[in-house]
Amino acid sequence: MSDPVITVKDIVTQFGDNRVHDGVSLHINKGEIYGLLGGSGSGKSTLLKEMILLLQPQSGDITIFGHSVINSTESERDLLRQRWGILFQNGALYSSLTVAENIAISLKEYTNIPMTLINDIVRMKIDMVGLPAHVKDFYPAELSGGMVKRASLARALARDPKLLLLDEPTSGLDPIGAESFDQLILELRAMLDLTVVMVTHDLDSIVNTVDRLAVLARKKVAAQGTLTEVCQNPEPDIKAFFGGKRGQARLHQKIWNDVNGK
Amino acid sequence: MRLPEHTAEIQAYQDTGYDIALKSKGCWTVNSIHNVVESLADFCQKYKNSTILWDVSAIEEIDSVGMMVFIRYYDQLLTNKCSVTLKGVTQKHQRLDTLVRQHSVSALEKNTLPHKNYLLSPFHSVGKWVVGLVTELILFMTFFGESSLIFFKSLMHPSRIRYAAIVKNIEQAGLHALPIVALTSFLIGIVITYQAAVQLEKFGANIFIVEMISISVTRELAPLITAIVVAGRTGSSYTAQLGVMKITEEIDAMKTMGFNPYHFLVIPRILALMITLPLLVFFADIIAIFAGMLISEIHLQLSFSEFLHRLQNVLDMKHVWIGIIKAPVFAILIAMVSCFRGFQVEKNSDSIGRYTTISVVNAIFLVIACDAIFSVILTELGI
Ligand SMILES: Nc1ncnc2c1ncn2[C@@H]1O[C@H](COP(=O)(O)OP(=O)(O)OP(=O)(O)O)[C@@H](O)[C@H]1O
Ligand SMILES: [Mg+2]
Repeated sequence: MSDPVITVKDIVTQFGDNRVHDGVSLHINKGEIYGLLGGSGSGKSTLLKEMILLLQPQSGDITIFGHSVINSTESERDLLRQRWGILFQNGALYSSLTVAENIAISLKEYTNIPMTLINDIVRMKIDMVGLPAHVKDFYPAELSGGMVKRASLARALARDPKLLLLDEPTSGLDPIGAESFDQLILELRAMLDLTVVMVTHDLDSIVNTVDRLAVLARKKVAAQGTLTEVCQNPEPDIKAFFGGKRGQARLHQKIWNDVNGK
Repeated sequence: MRLPEHTAEIQAYQDTGYDIALKSKGCWTVNSIHNVVESLADFCQKYKNSTILWDVSAIEEIDSVGMMVFIRYYDQLLTNKCSVTLKGVTQKHQRLDTLVRQHSVSALEKNTLPHKNYLLSPFHSVGKWVVGLVTELILFMTFFGESSLIFFKSLMHPSRIRYAAIVKNIEQAGLHALPIVALTSFLIGIVITYQAAVQLEKFGANIFIVEMISISVTRELAPLITAIVVAGRTGSSYTAQLGVMKITEEIDAMKTMGFNPYHFLVIPRILALMITLPLLVFFADIIAIFAGMLISEIHLQLSFSEFLHRLQNVLDMKHVWIGIIKAPVFAILIAMVSCFRGFQVEKNSDSIGRYTTISVVNAIFLVIACDAIFSVILTELGI
């Protein structure tokens, strides 16, 4: 396997007295869709924020594209910021800009591409994420929840990033929408050589899209690997996580398919 | 900061069997593609009915934007009836080509912007402005009517008035405003006393300073200044509060749970301000007159007791009453405008700032306009 895109080593995070991570380590390989799982409050979003330079861990190191995130210079940080696309949990579209302007803004600010081409790019991205063409002139307040997710994915994809970080991309979408979103991520990954990190609670998305995953529990990574590997892990935390009725049904099917497929 | 990346390149050269050959090199990605756009455009215009070889094997990296540019000019060459042979196309290129073509929106519906007529556009914008003004006025009338209706209804059923909310609003709009009202009226008192003192001294009419200050302050200045301070302070906060509640859909939630937002949000604010503003005006009267007294003592050697004695003789109560009676009217204007603007806030980050500003500007304008009307009417009535 090729060298990892992201390496997280011995991260310790603490908010006041509340220790969230106590030695979290994991690595994410090029071209894979990596799931970050864990119960509410287990520190998934916090870990994601540390990767994207919004938070500093107390100790430990995170390396992305071979650059250490923790001890990086401002110019290295700028470089990193231009190579990833981020989808925030609630969209975080700029509310005073239209959808088209939201997508175009980083192209306008950071590249010398002529305006006519930018318009074409914006149109293509809107179509790619499955939004109808006329929403380009809508303001975020005029979009439905699912459309906001799609529009912010289009914004994240605007500059053809090599790394896509998604915080709960399918939460709040209807099952069909969620499935087509998963499909879209898979397609994009295949076409654009993306590496995708996603925080998710959606079992369908985990089963359908994720290549490898990590489960955070008790401030550490309780298990890491493919879904089948993780499910066979005897740790009680993992059992509890996948043990619910809904989880069991979906997972048995998947593992059954895997075993029979081989 | 821009990425210090490789650049995209395109070169033309001669190759046997073709009219011209093209070689693409480097990174055809979003960060470097601008390098080739111009030369490609030139090139594609030049060649018609030719046979062309396009060698893409030296492209190190290509993304959807690079592919889009490629497709655009490749298609243009084809429409120019050139026959283009591609060399070095990989499977990845083909997949990307499919992806981009699949999602490219046809060029037909692109330029649908209506042509702008520069002669007519001033009329256009004036018309728009007038229509906007009239609709706003109608909306405000509606709002005014609706809140007045609910206001009188709640006066009929005093038990339904939200007293707790009123008290809270009085604390915020009244008690917390005392320092700033005190400061501004003190300074106003000083300013007019100084100005008047200089003139009166010339005539040796020092004692008239008392009439001068007490009447102008109680009748005009204190109500006006206090109302302006309150419009800036409380009016803006009302607009921002209601605006945020609108953005977070709290107001919608209230409506669905059967809480009338006028009843719960607007009426308590109006009532609170109607109670607070007269009190603040009276407070401002005292402070400004006190400031005048202080300056008279220092500057005109008019002792406190002389000043107070004359004050009792010359200051008719009617002046004080006129000032205080204006206050609830100002309060209604301020509270109504700021609540109205708060409800107008839309779901984006700009609008809260915009409507807060508009609300303060409107409120101050209305207060001054209303004060002018009061002046004219009262003077005509000889009061
Ligand atoms: N800015 C902050 N200040 C203090 N504590 C914080 C802060 N951000 C997160 N925490 C704490 O860190 C812990 C992990 O939070 P985090 O948001 O990462 O959880 P999560 O795994 O994303 O949960 P969920 O699945 O509910 O989104 C929580 O206990 C939370 O209280
Ligand atoms: Mg979270």
